[in-house]
Amino acid sequence: MSRKVTSIMLVIVLALSLVFTAGCGTGASNGKVKVGFVFIGPIKDGGWTEAHYNGMNYLKEQLKVETMYRELVPEGPESKKAIKELINAGCNVIFTTSFGYMDPTLEAAKENPKVKFFHCSGFKTAENMSNYFGRMYEPRYLSGIVAGLKTKTNKIGYVAAYEIPEVINGINAFTLGVQSVNPNAVVKVRWSHTWIDSALEKAAAVALLDDGCDVITQHNDSTATYIAAQERGAYAIGYNLDMPSAAPKAYMTAPVWNWGVYYVQEVKAIMEGTWKAAAYQGGIKEGLLDLAPLTEVAPPEAKAKVEEARKQIIDGTLQVFKGPIKDQSGNIKVPEGKTLNYEDTMSMDMNWFVQGVEGKIEVQK
Amino acid sequence: MLRISKRTDLTKKQYIQLRLAAVIMALFTSGIFILIMGQNPAAIYFAMLQGAFGSFYGLRETIIMTIPLVITSLGISTAFKMKFWNIGAEGQIYMGAFAASYFALNHHDMPKPFLLLVMAAASIAGGGLWALIPGFFKARFGTNETLFTLMMNYIAIKWITYLQYGPWKDPNAKGFPIIAAFKETAILPGFMGIHIGLIIALALVALMHIFMYHTKKGYEISVIGESENTARYAGMNVKKIIVAAILLSGGLCGLAGMIQASGVHGTLSVDVSGGIGYTAIITTWLGQLSPALIMLVSFLFAALVQGGSYIQTVFQIPQAAASILQGMILFFVLGSEFFIQYKINFKKEGI
Repeated sequence: MSRKVTSIMLVIVLALSLVFTAGCGTGASNGKVKVGFVFIGPIKDGGWTEAHYNGMNYLKEQLKVETMYRELVPEGPESKKAIKELINAGCNVIFTTSFGYMDPTLEAAKENPKVKFFHCSGFKTAENMSNYFGRMYEPRYLSGIVAGLKTKTNKIGYVAAYEIPEVINGINAFTLGVQSVNPNAVVKVRWSHTWIDSALEKAAAVALLDDGCDVITQHNDSTATYIAAQERGAYAIGYNLDMPSAAPKAYMTAPVWNWGVYYVQEVKAIMEGTWKAAAYQGGIKEGLLDLAPLTEVAPPEAKAKVEEARKQIIDGTLQVFKGPIKDQSGNIKVPEGKTLNYEDTMSMDMNWFVQGVEGKIEVQK
Repeated sequence: MLRISKRTDLTKKQYIQLRLAAVIMALFTSGIFILIMGQNPAAIYFAMLQGAFGSFYGLRETIIMTIPLVITSLGISTAFKMKFWNIGAEGQIYMGAFAASYFALNHHDMPKPFLLLVMAAASIAGGGLWALIPGFFKARFGTNETLFTLMMNYIAIKWITYLQYGPWKDPNAKGFPIIAAFKETAILPGFMGIHIGLIIALALVALMHIFMYHTKKGYEISVIGESENTARYAGMNVKKIIVAAILLSGGLCGLAGMIQASGVHGTLSVDVSGGIGYTAIITTWLGQLSPALIMLVSFLFAALVQGGSYIQTVFQIPQAAASILQGMILFFVLGSEFFIQYKINFKKEGI
């Protein structure tokens, strides 16, 4: 008997669906730009996704374009579905903001030649697909100056997500910043092996605090490490987004993304018809990245030091990975007269730590 | 005073009334929630139907989601029929996908049809053996299979995580923890964007229907479920039947894993199941362990998920809100089960 009910319901549903199909077209494009975003985390994660979400809102304000988004989209085929749905809803410009969206984005770009795609943090491009990222090591270096001046125990903790070039070059840049003002300080690294899992991030931070660190920084997506630092009366440097409210007694500053700068620039080019797919990487000079304003918790002498280094980074006199740079065992990795550029820092050769880092990178194939 | 007793007298009319009442209450309660969010309930419901069935694209996504749900539910129902509470479908899916991926990644130079058959066989073996471990402990030591199969899920997921971040990591991915995409020879063929898993699922529904209702082996499984002693009296080899049924149960779940890896994801990853093994428990139960009903329920469930995904895009509502809507609808539909099984009598105390 129940079979009958369900089959009747199914027939009704199918009949209704036929009615709907008649009236439903695919994405309407009337020459207007409609921008869709695909996010890995929730829009209020206090980190990576929220920084992109803020960028989206900045774009909406500046150019008065319509925007849409999908949050908490898993990497892999789910992300392609989200992209398709955004296109079906009328989006003709798509930004996908996690590494694992790279191949689905590329596939969608091939299937939708009229839609323009942007993929964040990957390395693939197409006729209608750009990729974009930034020289995060610049503000990382600046944040290292703040940490180096603040630490009393000369032990600084670094909670890091994965042993990938992006994260490793951040640790190295931070350590170089620390040592530029405090050659005695060491940076202790702990891998959280997650992008966003507050409990694991916090546990890693607590382990570092137990180990004597009095300043903690991180490469993850949540604010858990600042909270851990505050609970122990230690200090914290954030990442992604300026979030002093998360732990006002601990928080000093953070290297932050201003994605809106790039979003406005690209969408404007699309509207003006001058857009071309490219691999983009910005830094402090372009306004894509910066160090958030120092709070009152930050050491007072840091302000001038940071300002000076920031100016030198902008005018090119200070390059973060300029030789000579030694690795953990004291071998020269970057000889005098050589400087690693963005591509070098994101390549698989970035599999070593600079001197002053205490931690291990598991050998990669 | 409240008294709850088992129903035996439910008429067809009452049954339909109860189910309809559940659906209406679900729509009504969700409607209040939608109103609080500042949206129009009718528009949201309409959009959910539209998202699931209203375009070729939507319908296709609904069908693609239905395929693993049906196959996994068939697997689970085999175990449930014997009252072996297999909560481990999730892990069996992963282990099936793992076994299939081993051949996909290492032997992709085999001819395509042959490789796909080998992958399917490997996935059935992988899922089946994974299910057999708790089955063995239950038969040998009387362990609780509900907890055992559940715990096995976490081991399987962590095993895949280990492979993805360790030995199977794609060396060409610039250090990012992903497993290399399957070569073309290891990808299930498809038609109009729907992979061949659809045919496999439909065939399995028919086969399982025949097996469960029209063969001796299928009958034996349900007898064991009703009473092991009866089965023993009737001269059945209970242990052997249990082992075979558990292998079949886990094997089907493993096959679902291979289909997801090869037909949908194009590789192995920790997202390859994404909770199908748990969702399938609901569809199995709602489908009353009957293959045909399972197919229907899985299709409707996939439509609910697909519709939920669609309204997120169209109405820009948070993912959590869409999940709450799905949860509320499920709550009422599952809740009506109680009133179908039991009746409540209100009686004054002392009388």
